[in-house]
Amino acid sequence: MNVTLSINGRYHTLDIDPRTSLLDACRDHLALTGSKKGCDHGQCGACTMLVNGRRINSCLTLAVMHENDTITTVEGLGTAENLHPMQAAFVEHDGYQCGYCTPGQIVSAVGMLGEIGDGWPSHVTKDIKTGTELSGDEIRERMSGNLCRCSAYPNIVDAIETAAGKTKEPA
Amino acid sequence: MDETRIQDRSGAGEPSIAELGERPPTHERAIKGGVHTKRIHDSGVKHVSGAARYVDDEPELPGTLQIYIAMSEKAHARIVSLDVSKVRDVPGVACVLTANDIPGQNDYSPVFGDDPIFPQTSGPEALVQYVGQPIFAVAAETIDLARRAAKLAIVEYEELPAAITIEQALAAAGEAGHDLLDPHEMRIGDVDAALEGAPHRVLGRVAVGGQDHFYLEGQIAYSIPLEDGDVLVRSSTQHPSEVQHNVAKMLGVPDHAVTVEVRRMGGGFGGKESQPALFAAVTALAAVKTGRPVKCRLDRDDDMEMTGKRHEVTINYAVGFSGNGRIAAGDFSHLVRCGYSRDLSAAIADRAMFHADNAYSLPAARILSRRLKTHTVSNTAFRGFGGPQGMVGIERVMDRIAFETGIDPLDVRKVNLYPSFDSDRAPGVTPYHMPVTDSIIAELVEELEVTSGYRARREAIRQFNAQSPVLKKGLALTPVKFGISFTTSHLNQAGALVHVYKDGSVHLNHGGTEMGQGLFVKVAQVVAEEFQIDIEKVKITATTTAKVPNTSATAASSGSDLNGMAAQAAARTIKNRLIDYACGRYHVPEEQVVFAANRVLIGNEEKRFADLVGEAYLARISLSSTGFYATPDIHYDRESASGQPFYYFAYGAACSEVVIDMLTGEYKLLRADILHDCGTSLNPAIDRGQIEGGFIQGMGWLTMEELWWDDKGRLKTHAPSTYKIPTANDRPDDLRIAIWEKGENRSDTIYRSKAVGEPPFMLAISVFSALTDAVIAAGDGKAFPDLDAPATPERVLKAVEGVRG
Ligand code: FES
Ligand code: FES
Repeated sequence: MNVTLSINGRYHTLDIDPRTSLLDACRDHLALTGSKKGCDHGQCGACTMLVNGRRINSCLTLAVMHENDTITTVEGLGTAENLHPMQAAFVEHDGYQCGYCTPGQIVSAVGMLGEIGDGWPSHVTKDIKTGTELSGDEIRERMSGNLCRCSAYPNIVDAIETAAGKTKEPA
Repeated sequence: MDETRIQDRSGAGEPSIAELGERPPTHERAIKGGVHTKRIHDSGVKHVSGAARYVDDEPELPGTLQIYIAMSEKAHARIVSLDVSKVRDVPGVACVLTANDIPGQNDYSPVFGDDPIFPQTSGPEALVQYVGQPIFAVAAETIDLARRAAKLAIVEYEELPAAITIEQALAAAGEAGHDLLDPHEMRIGDVDAALEGAPHRVLGRVAVGGQDHFYLEGQIAYSIPLEDGDVLVRSSTQHPSEVQHNVAKMLGVPDHAVTVEVRRMGGGFGGKESQPALFAAVTALAAVKTGRPVKCRLDRDDDMEMTGKRHEVTINYAVGFSGNGRIAAGDFSHLVRCGYSRDLSAAIADRAMFHADNAYSLPAARILSRRLKTHTVSNTAFRGFGGPQGMVGIERVMDRIAFETGIDPLDVRKVNLYPSFDSDRAPGVTPYHMPVTDSIIAELVEELEVTSGYRARREAIRQFNAQSPVLKKGLALTPVKFGISFTTSHLNQAGALVHVYKDGSVHLNHGGTEMGQGLFVKVAQVVAEEFQIDIEKVKITATTTAKVPNTSATAASSGSDLNGMAAQAAARTIKNRLIDYACGRYHVPEEQVVFAANRVLIGNEEKRFADLVGEAYLARISLSSTGFYATPDIHYDRESASGQPFYYFAYGAACSEVVIDMLTGEYKLLRADILHDCGTSLNPAIDRGQIEGGFIQGMGWLTMEELWWDDKGRLKTHAPSTYKIPTANDRPDDLRIAIWEKGENRSDTIYRSKAVGEPPFMLAISVFSALTDAVIAAGDGKAFPDLDAPATPERVLKAVEGVRG
């Protein structure tokens, strides 16, 4: 069936099987291969995209459900010449090894900062009435859905802190 | 980028040097990205922008078929019949592959010839030996179609008795009269007499679980048919040459008919050493049969069920020691669960033995290793290659001796360490009769003891535990000594290929593969350093068997050691040709040709590197070279279990503090201090990443990653939902990592650096020992816990209950 998706500021009309996941639509039909397929079960976070600014595991959602949504993939955040601050911070802090989880980590981190900004509490939030503040604990808790088998976590967390405006010198 | 100034001028005469448009050199003090600098990973910007391509990201050619591999549902059974006719009839299915379709050898094993690609469909070899074993493959227009079609196959099994656990494997080996591989023994001194004569003796046992690689990019191969029946295979592999050879032998063609290429992997950790050959072979076979490109990309669950893991090992120990904790003799036996086939198990079990002493000098020792067959997936290489399992044994012994003598575990460890290379004591000798002549472990441990505040924290923890009824803390500082080299000596060789183009840019290729460990940038640093040019001038290219042949796996932490040396040799050859040319052309002696940052000083003249290269091209100097390196001085005689299997040792130490909850068994790593020896680090930023990553992955192995098979041999932990690897939340709140500043390799390695891929993995044993320490505290120091690995909260709780009686 036909579906029109707004991805990274452009409209794409696709003729796809209605069972196609948003991830497969991007990877297999739009040559947007930045988002990775680590598990295809919503358990690793490698496929994280932003839908209307909120992070989502794109392997767990059907493309046809997103006709009227605004979708952002890692390619839409920034380009090599013009990196998003989060991408630049990951480069600065070496927030990767093999890089397979990286696009998901970065998109997830951008979405996560949005959630904190909007005052969404998490499991480790001390007082849900006074709102959430950005701490290492909060970042680690909120990023725990993005697996990194290379365990580049220390640098990932440092990069996110840098991007969030908490200056931290790279190690 | 400079314009190419030298064009083909056929008929237009030779350009004079003056016409080349030489420009004066610039005068930087140092090049960008030389050795010992914190150069960022070469693919960094591509990683963050999603532009880095992995096999699955390469655009698919039109007509590409997708493969689904159907798997055995039985752990051990005879295949009575396999009927795939219905599968073949499904529209959109291009071909169905069984053993009968294989023109050459039906095997993808690295050494022993016992890993069939598919089982035979009849006769004595129509046998499946683990749940998840590939039995046939379907190539279809889409993966979905292939998977659904495969379900139409009718497989009739006749079940046979299966050995799933180590205990069952022991019983089966007894019945069969042999193990999967012959046992091996290492021995030094008179163990029985020393045990007998020791003032104290203890016996014990520790079981150490396996580990799934969980490379975030699963197994994948993409084969493209070429003319003459040749194939190009893009494979996510640490061992392109072996994949090439296995594909060729399966097709029954010479190795030259198969090219294997890999730009990067999304993680390997050993899981892509011998196993990718299966997927490469299946796609290549389908590609040759159909004439179409074919991809096989495993689903995560299938990957976890189908592919081998770290070896599970049970270690029995008996040690004799004196009142100060000094070991007189150690007797270890390793029971190694290999799975159904031999794969790399012999070398892995050997390496477990090579590390049964860890950093401790044992006056008398016996290490016996039995390699057992189970009807489970064939276990394979995994970061550390058996070494970590061996080390857990002796570290458990250290904790046990400390418990028995009442001496602090760190002091027990310290009295047993190998003497320093510069001490007045004779070097210690390993159980395989190799003198340890480069030990720095005592000094390193001493330094970490101070920087981690070990003594004060030990006291603080004692006080905390005395007044804390439910939470108990534990502390441990453990060393690592890890042998560097492939223990199969002939594998310690590497090749490289370097081209210098006439604009002064450089193309670098070598046999090593990039899986995130930063090998490519390190080798590029070596080449940039050699030519004294900025690293941006060096193009890093995909590993391919067409450029550098007969390579060894990127494994055993040896990637930079071997390939760095080979690339340096290649660059040196070209550099020497440039020097010769300059000497002749400018009439200066050799020592007056000096490569400085991006320029070359020739007598009183200075030229840009690119200009000298342009001139040399016109003077018809070859600007391309291969390079080769073979590690010197290593040998091991398996017969006598003695020799010098390692070129050198890498050292490190870690101090971990944990807190456990006695009521639930849950725990947290509060702080970890790490001091690691990278020699003179080639790239401290990359090495630091390896240390952190290795430590956390090792902690995952010893604490949370539990593989669980049911009694039918079905792996029940085959997805991240049931198999828990560390997340951002599991790294300790306080993680202090330092690279040992005094580090310098005593062996002549590339810029005196040390290998760093595997050694830090074993720093995580400090977490396991700290948990043991906390459990002892939970029992008020009255009993020693039988805590096995992984020390999941469930196991910790059981151990706490055990020590509290
Ligand atoms: S691929 Fe979507 S969460 Fe793993
Ligand atoms: S960098 Fe390899 S999985 Fe995260």
